[in-house]
Amino acid sequence: MTPIPALDVVELKKTYANGVEALKGISLTVQPGDFFALLGPNGAGKSTLIGILSSLVNATSGDAKIFGVSIREQRSEAMRLIGLVPQELNFNMFEKPFDICVNQAGFYGIPRAEAAVRAEKYLKQLVLWDKAFGVARAMSGGMKRRLMIARAMMSEPRLLILDEPTAGVDIEIRRSMWKFVSAINAAGTTVILTTHYLEEAEQLCRNIAIIDKGRIIENTSMRTLLSKLDIETFVFDLVQPAANPPDIPGVRFTKIDDLTLEAEMARNHDLNSIFASLTAHGIAVRSMRNKANRLEELFVRLVDAGNAAPGKVAA
Amino acid sequence: MSTHPNLIAFTTITRREIVRILRIWPQTLLPSAITMTLYFVIFGKMVGSRIGDIVPGVGYIDFIVPGLIMMAVITNSYGNISSSFFGAKIGRHVEEMLASPMPSWVILTGYVTGSVLRGLLVAVIVLLISLFFTRIHLYHPLITFSTVLLTSIVFSLAGFVNAVYAKKFDDIALVPTFVLTPLTYLGGVFYSVNQLGTPWRQISHANPILYMVNAFRYGLLGISEISMGVAYGVMVGFAVVLTAVGLTLLDRGVGLRS
Repeated sequence: MTPIPALDVVELKKTYANGVEALKGISLTVQPGDFFALLGPNGAGKSTLIGILSSLVNATSGDAKIFGVSIREQRSEAMRLIGLVPQELNFNMFEKPFDICVNQAGFYGIPRAEAAVRAEKYLKQLVLWDKAFGVARAMSGGMKRRLMIARAMMSEPRLLILDEPTAGVDIEIRRSMWKFVSAINAAGTTVILTTHYLEEAEQLCRNIAIIDKGRIIENTSMRTLLSKLDIETFVFDLVQPAANPPDIPGVRFTKIDDLTLEAEMARNHDLNSIFASLTAHGIAVRSMRNKANRLEELFVRLVDAGNAAPGKVAA
Repeated sequence: MSTHPNLIAFTTITRREIVRILRIWPQTLLPSAITMTLYFVIFGKMVGSRIGDIVPGVGYIDFIVPGLIMMAVITNSYGNISSSFFGAKIGRHVEEMLASPMPSWVILTGYVTGSVLRGLLVAVIVLLISLFFTRIHLYHPLITFSTVLLTSIVFSLAGFVNAVYAKKFDDIALVPTFVLTPLTYLGGVFYSVNQLGTPWRQISHANPILYMVNAFRYGLLGISEISMGVAYGVMVGFAVVLTAVGLTLLDRGVGLRS
């Protein structure tokens, strides 16, 4: 039997009062337990979609079901299943992080004693316990972002939506946040992530949808999407400075600096012939790595293709 | 037996409001105490002693005590919810509630309860202050309490509607300055409307605060220029209409959801 999808969006449309069509009838399915990336350029409609799912934005038409529960017909029941980490900070800066978490649980009908236990658990897991009884506004930007994750976890949602949670967060805190969210996902929580750090999406997410101008222009597994990329880029770190790279058919070299070369080639290109040519030209390679921007390349192509021919899906 | 989730949500909002009121007590409780003390000293003692009985057997200070308590209840109930809910809107933490499973009526009753508690607390403070200037004989406790409660509910609901529509802080200051204060002063707090000539006496009857002040005065002193039935009808009517307006605004997300 097919499991009930964690999220089933059907023909969702949103036209704002000023006439802007933010969503033009999108449909989307996210399976339970998935780590799902929802990507798109600024103004594509991601935040509008998340706003509708979390009942902060009224849909013009269409519906979405959270584990089979309609947000239109059974709003309260649907909201019980969702945890939201919004893009903008939206907690009371004058309250204590502990109170923010306990109150959040209260809004979900969780008794205060149970809420206090959960608040301690999640604030400790997100390394915020030592700040739990200070004023929230005194915390750093990274701490505030983590507090919003702790707050979203208070209702222990089955579907956690993270809307650019790492914006403006340093790399160390970003990694610790992903470690936490990955653990939550491994424990069974479905996660939907929007981010502008495409490397994050590539590393964390199993499935992906790309939204642009209010339409889904790609919706597939990360592996399938990346396999559509017919060009690969390798970075060569050289032993000593090289004058000019060799001329190899099907390979485009770019000299990054004296000790670094980038080679862009077809995915099925033979690497041995490249090494042979480099050796023949007296260029010794110390190490080689795949440039980790594959998703970014695809993303740019998809969005550019959409801009060139609206409505046409390209890969 | 487990507590109903909506009851937990309601107590969460109410508790948060009470914590806020007590945390910033110099802004929420102290101003009314100071203002009303000045009213008692200036209008009650200094001016009132020259006026004498405004109604046979009732001295001026006794006459204005119910009105001044009502004035404090109205401004505090209105001001509490309008500033708290508008603050939540501007600070965006209203989204915590809007994105939660709470139905609209829980949000509304939670905020209104918080405001009513502030209104009642201020009423007790002003009543205690008044005891330094006069003696209060509680003529009808049930009418006294129900009137102050209904008035507080009405103005909490009105403050909520104001906060929903407000887009900037000026918008929540306009109504108290240009509507509430004039209506309160013209609502028979400092004078008997029977002293007014035509058409001012009739015009005064269009002011809902007149009914509230008179009902409360009847509860405390046993005198009123308005029938109690009409007064309760006005208070309950306003409470019902404003509740319906508040719930509709929340359900539709006016000023809250895009």
